[in-house]
Amino acid sequence: MQQTHSSRSGPAEGEQVPVLSLSHAAKTFGPVVALADGTIHIEAGEIHALVGENGAGKSTLVKILAGLHHPDSGDFQVAGQSVQFRNVAESKDAGISVIYQEPTLFPDLSVAENIFIGRQPKGRFGLISKATMVREARKLFERLGVPIDPTRIAEGLSIADQQIIEIAKAISLDAKVLVMDEPTAALSGVEVERLFSVARSLRDRGTGILFISHRFDEVFDLCDRITVMRDGRYISTHRTADVTVEQIVREMVGRDIGALFPKTPAEIGDVVLKVDGLSRAGVFRDISFEVRAGEIVALAGLVGAGRTEVARAVFGIDPYDAGDITFDGRKLRPRNPQVTITAGMGFVPEDRRKQGLVMDLSVARNVTLTLRNKYTTAGLINGGAERRAAQEWSKRLQVKTGSQEYAVSTLSGGNQQKVVLAKWLATDPRLLIIDEPTRGIDVGTKSEVHRLISDLAGRGIAILMISSELPEVLGMADRVLVMREGRITAELDRADANPESVMHAATSSAGGTL
Amino acid sequence: MSSALDHKNATTPAPDAGARGAVASLLRMRELPVLIALALLVLVTYLINPLFLTAQGVKDLLLNATIIMILAVGQTLLIITRNIDLSVGSMLGLVAFGTGSLFSAMPDVPIIAVFVIGMAFGALLGAVNGALVTLAKVPALVITLGTLYVYRGLNNAWAGGKQYFAGDRPEEFGALSVNTFLGFPVITLLAIVVVIAVAIYMSGTRPGRDLYAIGSDPDAATAFGIKVSKRVFLAFLANGALAGLAGVLYASRFNSVGATTGTGMELTVVAAAVVGGVAIFGGSGSVTGAALGAVLLTTITSSLTALRVDKFWQQAIVGVLILTAIIIDRVASLRTAKKLRISEARNV
Repeated sequence: MQQTHSSRSGPAEGEQVPVLSLSHAAKTFGPVVALADGTIHIEAGEIHALVGENGAGKSTLVKILAGLHHPDSGDFQVAGQSVQFRNVAESKDAGISVIYQEPTLFPDLSVAENIFIGRQPKGRFGLISKATMVREARKLFERLGVPIDPTRIAEGLSIADQQIIEIAKAISLDAKVLVMDEPTAALSGVEVERLFSVARSLRDRGTGILFISHRFDEVFDLCDRITVMRDGRYISTHRTADVTVEQIVREMVGRDIGALFPKTPAEIGDVVLKVDGLSRAGVFRDISFEVRAGEIVALAGLVGAGRTEVARAVFGIDPYDAGDITFDGRKLRPRNPQVTITAGMGFVPEDRRKQGLVMDLSVARNVTLTLRNKYTTAGLINGGAERRAAQEWSKRLQVKTGSQEYAVSTLSGGNQQKVVLAKWLATDPRLLIIDEPTRGIDVGTKSEVHRLISDLAGRGIAILMISSELPEVLGMADRVLVMREGRITAELDRADANPESVMHAATSSAGGTL
Repeated sequence: MSSALDHKNATTPAPDAGARGAVASLLRMRELPVLIALALLVLVTYLINPLFLTAQGVKDLLLNATIIMILAVGQTLLIITRNIDLSVGSMLGLVAFGTGSLFSAMPDVPIIAVFVIGMAFGALLGAVNGALVTLAKVPALVITLGTLYVYRGLNNAWAGGKQYFAGDRPEEFGALSVNTFLGFPVITLLAIVVVIAVAIYMSGTRPGRDLYAIGSDPDAATAFGIKVSKRVFLAFLANGALAGLAGVLYASRFNSVGATTGTGMELTVVAAAVVGGVAIFGGSGSVTGAALGAVLLTTITSSLTALRVDKFWQQAIVGVLILTAIIIDRVASLRTAKKLRISEARNV
């Protein structure tokens, strides 16, 4: 796929100056390039979609617009004026309002005060006039057609209402550009409709709106133009009317995946884990799948599709309402991770720092954490046996640490991940659930982690891998289960899994009716 | 999409009519229990021992509350921002001893100048705390625990075994704690003026509201562009100035000032704020509540004495009061948190 930004980076047509125009913005964090070419042009009175995979650089771009990040290079104009925001306040003053997926309101303050904080209307003696503030807030909500009581405190409001409050704030700030970062992810259907009608009425009043979403039905329903990003780069901008979902998906994922993460073929054995009709109200529904010995099954989908929740239920951390989990031919009782571990299941969580490791303990202690009983004599931990076991596993996984006694917090992300893997391998598991195996790990170590996982499968361990990174899924998995909004919408064999098919199942609303 | 639509979101806005009054009284509720408890305490003690409310008795109650009241107001500024200053007792001690030294070195110094110098000294000490907290980004609890000892050490080194007595100070200065105006001791009136001024600042000015926002969600405050460090620093400075004022008043009210003046006071001050309904996790509460908490705490000690309760039991009763206040606060916040969870339920 050729880069097309050089020929299309300007406004699509017409002489109108875009109300917001970011060209070729770059942002690096140390060696990590978060944004290589951030380019977007938003016109007044349009709703402009920004789409891309997880990690395509959308969030970084939004943070630049919001004044949270400062681009290393590139050109940034608001209403034809060059700008360089040093902080959030300057971005706000320039007329940019950002609404995040989960707005950050002040829970202890009233709704009205949340709208006007820092610029409360003043009355007598230069003091804040609460009456004026409440009246103004009420007017804003009337304009939006949403009945929210301005005098109540913000604590306890639904996400949808919190977003409406943010929009009211944006209107009262006279925002020229409204950026909505995945606003619909946590909303119900009715709430989404309400948000869209508010967005449309703002557009008709001349506000430029940037709408970020993974849901193509919403993008095509609401937006006038679509900009695609991939791997931190601008790819293209289209009028919604001139383009199809398939075309957009292709541009989002169109990269050479091939030999990045080679999975060595392993002998596929018997069924180790069988999940049948697993459901939990409001979280996931009717989840059925199998994982065989030596097989890597990827659970793909967008963040929030319910993948981690399924894994936690399988492992026995979270409860479920219906369905059966059979492990090694034995039915597992829900909510009993201790039994699950003894039966031979391991769980490597997404957030290593919080759930997988005790950061201040030594490497040795972490590795043997799950096995304490194996190395105890009369209730006391036998330090020698513990050290020997830890040493062996650290060596086999090539954990790079000066000493087994160093605190885990001193290791790099990749090596921490190896320690977590070592911890579980020491229990000699039959199945490992690995949630986002390479999140936050630098590129070099990533492939090491992948080789390791592939090795494990080669030794006959069944692997259930949750991953939001498409290349990882396609490179590693023997089979891909795609989840969307709490359901499995597709099961693809390695041969059938390609970026388009996975992305389609993960995003298309048609998948929801399967 | 069957399950996506059948979930109706739980949030229904409160009925508008009379909502303002309802919420206003809800906000005031944090102080209401303290006021009721205070009224009951005074009434019951008076019924059992009528000597409790003689003119002198009332005056003593107010005088006892005055200094803690001022300190509690300062402390509230910090607790509302999710900070704390444990060094207030030491700051008060340094300023009180400094006041004694000042009078001894310059017996003719104008009283107003003593107040200005004392508050400036306190502000300096508070600013050191504020600078350490905001620059080093270490929790205030740790920093001010350190300066508690540092300031106390300075006081020890400076004072040694030396003490200044009331006789060393001009008579008009001591008279501030003796003379009354409309039945109120002059220094109590001063404290009330402080409470009212800070209360207005907190509820009626933008920087005052910023303090609430910072304590309510520090990250959101930063994201919103509130100058968090500056506001927190100034709150520490203001708390120091108020501790300085309390130190000067201490020198006026009590006979002697020396190396140990104000030791242990910080705990009473924090307790007063908590009893007065200031949320220890920041974001809500008021200086009026904290001041009432100070009056309640000091009055309960007096009334237990008036009721001839064993001195050992008095502390336990004060402790129970503090726990009750914290539990009420916790239950209230758990209830709102539960509400939040319900309305946040995911619509998968």
